[in-house]
Amino acid sequence: MSYLTLSITLIFVLIPLILSRTLKLGLEKDTIIATVRSIVQLLAIGYVLQFIFDSENLLYIFLMVTLMLVTATLNARKKGSSIKGITWKVGATLLFVEVLTQSILLRFHITPPTAQFIISISGMVIGNSMVLAILFLNRFTSEVESRQDETELILSLGGTPKQAIHTQLMQSIKASMIPTIESQKTVGLVQLPGMMSGQIIGGADPIQAVQFQLLILFLLLTTAAVTSVMLGFLSYPTLFNQRMQLLKQHHQ
Amino acid sequence: MTKRYKPAVHFQHVDYSVDELPILKNITGSFPEGRITTLVGPSGAGKSTLLKLCNGLISPDSGEIYIKDKEISSYQPVELRRNVGMALQSAPMVSGTVLTNLALPLALQGKQLPEKEAADLLDHVGLEADYVHRNIRDLSGGQRQKVSIARTLVNRPQILLLDEITSALDRTSQQEIEELILKINRKHGTTMIWITHNLEQALTIGHYTWVMMEGEVIETGESDLLKSPVNEKVKRFVKGEAQ
Repeated sequence: MSYLTLSITLIFVLIPLILSRTLKLGLEKDTIIATVRSIVQLLAIGYVLQFIFDSENLLYIFLMVTLMLVTATLNARKKGSSIKGITWKVGATLLFVEVLTQSILLRFHITPPTAQFIISISGMVIGNSMVLAILFLNRFTSEVESRQDETELILSLGGTPKQAIHTQLMQSIKASMIPTIESQKTVGLVQLPGMMSGQIIGGADPIQAVQFQLLILFLLLTTAAVTSVMLGFLSYPTLFNQRMQLLKQHHQ
Repeated sequence: MTKRYKPAVHFQHVDYSVDELPILKNITGSFPEGRITTLVGPSGAGKSTLLKLCNGLISPDSGEIYIKDKEISSYQPVELRRNVGMALQSAPMVSGTVLTNLALPLALQGKQLPEKEAADLLDHVGLEADYVHRNIRDLSGGQRQKVSIARTLVNRPQILLLDEITSALDRTSQQEIEELILKINRKHGTTMIWITHNLEQALTIGHYTWVMMEGEVIETGESDLLKSPVNEKVKRFVKGEAQ
């Protein structure tokens, strides 16, 4: 696609701008910022990726994945600011998920150890893991607040913090995983995944594209499960102190 | 007030605050062993916070709390909470049957509650044995509260903390719960600390009362003090509540 053709696609930005202006939605500024940011960020990353792919230097791959991990951690931690040490907990979770998935992919020669594959798949895994972490933390913090009575009931009856928070923890893990599982049920019927569509548009064999997409979908199932479970089990102990009390900031 | 009875719970200059907002200020006093002491006072007086301090759900910022002459922090939290039971107005339940809920205190220790014992407990709180297998959702407010009290009794607590357990109930259920509490107190000699908004209840059921306002204990004594309080604020409160 030439830059001239690409510039014509700005029609798709004009439509929401006109609608926003006509209906006084006040979204013009945000739409323009979003457009400019996406152009700058994606073009920049395009050139960076081209450079890294050409160099095939391990250090650059490492730096790129680190950048993804740091950005995703800083973004996700906001949702769990009431949980002590949330930054390292989210960071450790995302790192573990990344190492686990890449180890399996590379160990079993599922994908080649090239920058092209490692970075692209890492982006999808870390991005998905970040969304899962946000979904989990959102749900977990609201469960802890809204079901404080139940937590204190179990503690009052002589239960441990783990027993007191068990239901809330399981509910939050389950709730955060549901969107991933549900979206996979309709994949191919309702929506064609972006990566697969991109490959097909780029001229790849559709069957090959489907195979890669299946790999990604299965990978995302693991990502979802491991992220929620690991973050859950890292998070709940810090809600309590040594005296098995729910910490003050979590009291309503 | 503590002349004839040993203190089951004793507070010594206890302060507690949340986000630097004082909730309890310099609380000193005792709850006599084997007696029913009611806590009365307007909302936001710190009554529920005081109860949570008694079973170690929270700890004071300063001051000491003694349970049976032993400083509260010398108890293991689990041991303390089994000894100091608690029942709440909302009577929170886990989903499932009455038996699931009655068995909860033992299930938390990895033990089982025999059905016969569950039936005996229900009988003790005035519910028929066939309630054992009923779903908790099908119970009325009064019945839930009875199950909640029965569940607390599974741990055989020596002290029972009751947080407005009759506030949401109709008059008949309220009387049934009052009779049940009196029965438990007489039969087991359980020390009761009971938060209530009902001054008549405090007068008729409680042996002693603490009047609390804005995080402080304003007046304490035998429940009759509510008939002729000394403190002006308490006089106004009693008058307002009575109307």
